Amino acid sequence: MTRRLLLALLPLVLLGALLAVIVRSGPADAVRGEQFPPVERLTFQRVTLEPGAIVASLMNDGPDALTIAQVQVDDAFWTFTADNGAALRHLGRTTLRIPYPWVEGEAHVVRVLTSTGTAFEHEIPVAVETPTPNARFFGVFTLIGLYVGVIPVVIGLLWFPFMTRLSARGMDFLLALTVGLLVFLLVDGASEGFEAAGLLPESFQGAVLFALAAAGAYLVLEAIGAWLKGRRRAADSGYGWVLALLIAVGIGLHNFGEGLAIGSAFALGEAALGTLLIVGFTLHNTTEGLAIVAPLARERQRVALGRLAALGAIGGAPTIGGAWLGGLVYSPVWSVVFLAIGVGAIAQVVGQIVRQMTREGTVARAFATAPVLAGLFAGFAVMYVTGMLVG
Amino acid sequence: MWSLSRRAWLQATGFASLAGSLVGGARAAGQSAGSAPHPRHDAHVMGTVGRTSPDAFDATAYLRTWNFSDLPAEERSKFYRETPRGDGTLLREYEIYAADREIEIAPGLFFPAWTYNGQVPGPTIRATEGDRIRVTFRNLGTHPHSIHFHGWHPPAMDGALAGQEVHPGETFVYEFDADPFGLHLYHCHTVPLKRHIHKGLYGAFIIDPKEGRPPADELVMVMNAFDTNFDVENEMYAVNTIANAYMHEPIRVRVGQLVRMYLVNLTEFDPVNSLHLHGMFFDVYRTGTSLTPSEKTDTLMLCQGERAILETMFRYPGDFMFHAHQSEFAELGWMGLFRAEGAPTT
Repeated sequence: MTRRLLLALLPLVLLGALLAVIVRSGPADAVRGEQFPPVERLTFQRVTLEPGAIVASLMNDGPDALTIAQVQVDDAFWTFTADNGAALRHLGRTTLRIPYPWVEGEAHVVRVLTSTGTAFEHEIPVAVETPTPNARFFGVFTLIGLYVGVIPVVIGLLWFPFMTRLSARGMDFLLALTVGLLVFLLVDGASEGFEAAGLLPESFQGAVLFALAAAGAYLVLEAIGAWLKGRRRAADSGYGWVLALLIAVGIGLHNFGEGLAIGSAFALGEAALGTLLIVGFTLHNTTEGLAIVAPLARERQRVALGRLAALGAIGGAPTIGGAWLGGLVYSPVWSVVFLAIGVGAIAQVVGQIVRQMTREGTVARAFATAPVLAGLFAGFAVMYVTGMLVG
Repeated sequence: MWSLSRRAWLQATGFASLAGSLVGGARAAGQSAGSAPHPRHDAHVMGTVGRTSPDAFDATAYLRTWNFSDLPAEERSKFYRETPRGDGTLLREYEIYAADREIEIAPGLFFPAWTYNGQVPGPTIRATEGDRIRVTFRNLGTHPHSIHFHGWHPPAMDGALAGQEVHPGETFVYEFDADPFGLHLYHCHTVPLKRHIHKGLYGAFIIDPKEGRPPADELVMVMNAFDTNFDVENEMYAVNTIANAYMHEPIRVRVGQLVRMYLVNLTEFDPVNSLHLHGMFFDVYRTGTSLTPSEKTDTLMLCQGERAILETMFRYPGDFMFHAHQSEFAELGWMGLFRAEGAPTT
């Protein structure tokens, strides 16, 4: 036992020794030479606006230490204070407070010059005072979440009575429609997630972080689904409910990511939420309610109103939480993580529905019918068209 | 992220903002829409933070230094020697070297400069019309350099023609007569020219008329700029290298005394630079080649390489701002103060 442990530890000890040698001898310095300029990378993590001040959180994302020397706003040297000092080590952070009389609704550019004269810029496209977390803030963001997430999903759920009266072919169409809707969200969420990942500091390895969070969400939901299924079987209740719940959770996670993006964009002045944008999200997300109840309708179960409401809340309410979080403590890292979780969750749900649809045969046979193909296409097309309103 | 495309869409459509109006609703009560109140702010929040280190370039000493007059006699003789000649003129000998040096151009902000004698602008060379000037130029830098003087000289002394660059470790002696009187300049003329100039290889070259000019408090002012991230655009501007130097340490002058400014523009990348003096006017002697002023103004524009002698007299005690009248340059460091002392003259 001791011997086995030693054998397991030996490579680790050698690795440690190698690291010590590398750190001490610095082979990279031998290549770069002493006069080689340091590699500087500075990332703006969050820039907020207060009356008469710009506050910028910065992180040194480069391999070498750097020192912030001066700040320019709109091509003018401006005074600033740094709460955590101006000298930043690798992954060191500081927050700059710049007493600048910014102009509401106009654009500003903050440029940070390091001691070597390297410039790092951040554009504030539309200056809007960053909401402070008071009652009004929560009120406004709750309202946005309700408009964008909860109400549309609940409205979608109201198709349930109609759906239970559909024929078998109609139900196939409906489930396929749901898959189409979800696949659209999958593609949409993945592309947004990778785009956000590209904006992250390189040390965060955005794409890998995205894949990790998505895979994690998929596996966790898979486990929860299996557990729920086991319990339901014991209670002799329908599988449709489990599937509806899983879809609601998946959509809820997706909407959390969406709320995060909306909240942060609004808070950071990157977007003003127009009426039409709200309308677009409302239409877009109504179809999500449809997706949640489709498996229930297929089994023609009677579902209590309270349960429907619960499904709607699970699917829609996270938008509110996302908007709050996005408005308060937004950082691009969270955006990537939650978009990824949403993608993983939706992928799992798509898998579940497809499995349910193909219980009687192969995937190919279940899909190669007119109603299913039409449903898939219709689902995708509906999302695409309503998506244009918010794109 | 979607925010970008959606922002573009919003900007394109310009729809009223629902959430924005919700947020604005409470604030807008009692005031016109869209104007968030800003707290009163001190105008002096504009500018650089901190002070340059004590071993940085002394912009105040530079103003009134020529022919190494800031050095103790013994030290000075290593760089500058005067030898009378039979006709009453002087042979003036200078030791100028090119060297790479990191210089502080704003507090904490360092620039990998190419310098004459370790400073930017280089040492001011000052002679009298008819003197003989002999400059021994050693290149201690890592790139070929040269000195190209403005003024009368034969082509062999131009420093700009093919083959006239002085390679690292080499020495060249420039020799010519000081002519004509006026305010001139010198700079490296090795290609790529833009880089050799904006990296810091330039200085002022003053030739006094034989009969001299009226006594005055004389100040050398070189308008320059630095492209710190080498994107062919300047990140900062100054007069005499250090951003806001004379905001922090105003130029002290006497009320009622004649003040003469030797103003040279060596700004790279931008077509022109300018000087505006608050609360007063000055006489302009373009290129300093005439003893009669050509105009009286408070704002003067100069192209790169252009220069002018400005003369004025302060009437009132107090602070007088001067800066480029391109506001951008002014806010990026090219702004300073004169502090006049003494009783008012009117």
